[in-house]
Amino acid sequence: MQFADNVDYPPLLTRPIVFVPALLGILVVLQYWHVGASQVGQEVLGSLGLATLSPALGNFVVAAAITMIIGFNVGVVLRLPLRWQVYVVWLELAALILLFFYSFDLSFDFIRRKIWFLLRQGLLMTLYISAVSIVIASVLALMGAIAKLSSNGIALGIANFYTSLFRGLPLLMQIYMIYLGLPQLGYVIDAVPAGIAALSLCYGAYMTEIFRAGIESISKGQWEASRALGLQPASTMTRIILPQAMRVIIPPTGNQFIAMLKDSSLVSVVGVWELMYLARTQGQTEFRHIEMMITASMIYWILSIVLELVQARIERHYNRASAR
Amino acid sequence: MIGRNRNPHAGEPQPLAGAPAVEIRGLGKWFGAFKVLDGIDLLIGRGERLVICGPSGSGKSTLIRSINGLEGFQEGEVLVDGIRLTRESKTVQAVRRRVGMVFQQFNLFPHLTVLENCSIALRLVQGMAAKDADERSLHYLRKVHIPEQAGKFASQLSGGQQQRVAVARALAMEPDIMLFDEPTSSLDPEMVKEVLDTMVQLAGEGMTMAVVTHEMGFARQVADRVIFMDRGKIVEQATPQAFFSNPQAERARAFLQQILH
Repeated sequence: MQFADNVDYPPLLTRPIVFVPALLGILVVLQYWHVGASQVGQEVLGSLGLATLSPALGNFVVAAAITMIIGFNVGVVLRLPLRWQVYVVWLELAALILLFFYSFDLSFDFIRRKIWFLLRQGLLMTLYISAVSIVIASVLALMGAIAKLSSNGIALGIANFYTSLFRGLPLLMQIYMIYLGLPQLGYVIDAVPAGIAALSLCYGAYMTEIFRAGIESISKGQWEASRALGLQPASTMTRIILPQAMRVIIPPTGNQFIAMLKDSSLVSVVGVWELMYLARTQGQTEFRHIEMMITASMIYWILSIVLELVQARIERHYNRASAR
Repeated sequence: MIGRNRNPHAGEPQPLAGAPAVEIRGLGKWFGAFKVLDGIDLLIGRGERLVICGPSGSGKSTLIRSINGLEGFQEGEVLVDGIRLTRESKTVQAVRRRVGMVFQQFNLFPHLTVLENCSIALRLVQGMAAKDADERSLHYLRKVHIPEQAGKFASQLSGGQQQRVAVARALAMEPDIMLFDEPTSSLDPEMVKEVLDTMVQLAGEGMTMAVVTHEMGFARQVADRVIFMDRGKIVEQATPQAFFSNPQAERARAFLQQILH
């Protein structure tokens, strides 16, 4: 935590003025949504042997039961150490999401048959496109940021136009422009390089602003000290300013990488066999759309989690100087 | 420099033997419509210890920052070791290599250790091998009495220690002239002395120093000459004895009364 207060406030959820209205609120919402009539509600009533209750009463019983489970759960979790609280809450929410998917009555047999192909072809292609685009976008962003901070009118103009255009146009349009537009000029370009170019240019434009803000966050005194020691502008940037700016740059850049990972699915419009394209086409053959969509989503999520972990590790690295 | 066939300072202007350390003639600078330096003439001799004081906004920081080209100027000229300071990179680099600077806010590089703070310019500017650069840095850290902090980061040091690292960092480049821009103004009172002691020691070794400070004790003990500035002009210059006992200018008298109570 940035600021650790030295005052102990009882956790909000342990105060009657908070938890009584909160639980009542949950009860009312569940009732209002007719939770007793839902699939979950029917199963709860069935397992309690109360399937014959009137709908209104059954609805209330189910809502009350779920409310009590939630209340009890909160009570237990609050007694755990902080770190465990995070893990338990995380796992519970993940379990709920998986249960939600499970309720779709998915054909796991179909997923088993297709997942290998989805991973081998789709995941690999998604990873390839994203990884290459991330590298190129970072280079473009660094160049764009330096251009935006320079006193060179031409560089400034190019960088300004670049960020304006590629942040302003829909990514889908950019992909079409490169894939279908460039051949008009006589340059026929494959779908994969076209997708990579569009993603790199688009995300490079967003990240230009992130890099610029990061570089600008470093005080003028750092420049002065470095230049007074005789370091050249380029060494000052790479050795003094950028390493410090990384602390500011990395969290939003991690965001961009995760967003790009998923936006790479947009290149499927030009027929690249990446994850989302395969999920759509494979599902079509046997009318098993949801199976493939959920499988692809889970793969995206796992990839995002990996990126989150990588980001946390890099942040730790650049924060080591400020940790006492 | 073994293994290097490239002189990193090729093409730089050469110093003039026998020239004064710093020579400033008719220096003038505007911030917009405000004239922050107005016709400054100043000669700093080799080995001279100069203290510059004056009320806030009088242009004293701007003056010493124009000696190593951190501030530009519109009128007059600045010569360091006989090298005329222009806006050309080669010239500015040649001047900065001869001038060390210590800032009010220390400006240590927070992502580098104390040792790396001192050695980075040795490696990147003077092209020294890492081992030699570390050795020289340690030598100067010993001089400011904190070799044991070499592996720490700036955030782990007290203000006084940080400023002494900043002094060592500047000294490691073995400059001819040291500029101090209010080196003790952002320190806690009990840390002022350790930094001043380091500066007194440095003065005793014959370093040419230009110090912007309000530490009148330091000025009395060390300075060869005190300069009083007001509204961009040098209003008075004298030996410390003469300046403190009998300031000539009315504004200098008023200023001394304020800071000496």
